[in-house]
Amino acid sequence: MYNERVMKEFSNPQNVGELSDANGVGTVGNATCGDIMKIFMKIDENDVIQDVSFQTFGCAAAIATSSVATQMIKGKTIDEALKITNRQVVESLGGLPAQKLHCSVLAEEAIKAAVHDYLENYKKQKA
Amino acid sequence: MKRVYLDYSATTPLDERVFEAMKPYFTEKFGNANSLHCFGRDGANAVDSSRRRIAELLGVKPTEIYFTSGGTEGDNWALKGIASAYSHKGKRIIISSIEHAAMLGSAAQLEKQGFDVVYLPVNDKGMVLPEYLEKAITDDTILVSVMTANNEIGTLQPVKELCEIAHKHGAIFHTDAVQAMGSVPVKIRDWNVDLLTFSAHKFYGPKGIGVLYIKSGIKPDKFIAGGHQERSMRGGTTNVPFVVGMSEALRLALENLEENSLKIKKLRDYFVKSIEERVPYVVYNGDRKQRLPQNANFAFEFIEGESLLLRLDMAGIACSSGSACSSGSLDPSHVLLATGLPIEKAHGSIRFSFGKYTTKDDVDYVIEQVVNAVNDLRRLSPLFSEFKGEKKYV
Repeated sequence: MYNERVMKEFSNPQNVGELSDANGVGTVGNATCGDIMKIFMKIDENDVIQDVSFQTFGCAAAIATSSVATQMIKGKTIDEALKITNRQVVESLGGLPAQKLHCSVLAEEAIKAAVHDYLENYKKQKA
Repeated sequence: MKRVYLDYSATTPLDERVFEAMKPYFTEKFGNANSLHCFGRDGANAVDSSRRRIAELLGVKPTEIYFTSGGTEGDNWALKGIASAYSHKGKRIIISSIEHAAMLGSAAQLEKQGFDVVYLPVNDKGMVLPEYLEKAITDDTILVSVMTANNEIGTLQPVKELCEIAHKHGAIFHTDAVQAMGSVPVKIRDWNVDLLTFSAHKFYGPKGIGVLYIKSGIKPDKFIAGGHQERSMRGGTTNVPFVVGMSEALRLALENLEENSLKIKKLRDYFVKSIEERVPYVVYNGDRKQRLPQNANFAFEFIEGESLLLRLDMAGIACSSGSACSSGSLDPSHVLLATGLPIEKAHGSIRFSFGKYTTKDDVDYVIEQVVNAVNDLRRLSPLFSEFKGEKKYV
């Protein structure tokens, strides 16, 4: 069902866990649908994502997309991160089965939600 | 890498003895069982004696045994064949809500044709209580169908009582015994069922062959129009080697049923006990006693079934989330939802099914791997860390 790249990412996911000093956290999905993705970001004063991690409840595709999405945005500015599309996430995994494409959408949304949390709840408070 | 097969409810390997019995019918005894010449007679004799042997093993008449391509065909034929043949008597058909996809799919087609299909609920153990049927049945109900044992959670159904209720109201009773045959005693005459489906590959026989038992006097419409095979009820050249294989597999399964089931049950019980001791936050789905000996089904909280399944696959372990026939679907098991299991727990459910070739070593290996995989995936799970944060445990 999944290609080797997806299985590799699933079996050895990167950036796993909670970031204790995160200043942007986004959670999307729900348990009823079978997917929850939570992304933690540590963003510096120049809006660069210094560190990122994730926790995901879901299938292999959800875990693999979370892992590559976090790798794609690490070291990027939040503007660059916001431009990441689900299509790019799928491409970097070499494709996903059709019924699993929604997982990549979830990754894109989780990035947006974490950046939004940073802008709305962290940066505004600081300003 | 070590490989352990714990998916015997999906299918079983062919028993070597069955394979040996089948072999001559692929090559030297290849005749069409319907041909009049000596080649054909080789085939016809094999089919006749297989049919007689199967009937004898089940305590029924050879003329009540109809060969099919397997469980799905048997279920389709029983449901659609009875519905169309008895539609003058009524439009109401009652099945359980935890039937196999073959039944549910057939029922959906009948609904489109104007039949009134009622789906019986189950209790939290996955059992259709007789009172549920009492409430739903009417005197114009033409057919009741409840599986002998559920394929996902292994719950054994009170088939005899359900059949009695159906008959009291003049309805025909069918049971899908695909998971039960060869695993627990299937008492066709004692239960007095009118139709019963089973499939050879669940008891170490070949895939693609099965039986629909149809009691004398019950007349479903024919399912596959064609030649005069199966008393003109099911056309198509008889698959002689598979029929021979099925009868040999059934003989082996029923002659050794008690011994094999006891051995399998012991391993299953050891597995269940170990998992419950070593993995916190698991739900053992199904009934602890009224259960197929080969079945164990767990909901592992905070994680999702497919990722656990694939983690175990990477460790060489074959098991299943729900049924093989429903994999590829993103929806959680209709069986678990029918038992009232919350949807997020249903997502994390895995079926382990044991067989006659399973060893204690296999089970010990699987226990270790399950413990590791569940721990790994829980470390990944936002639900688990939230839960830990709230409950402050460990």
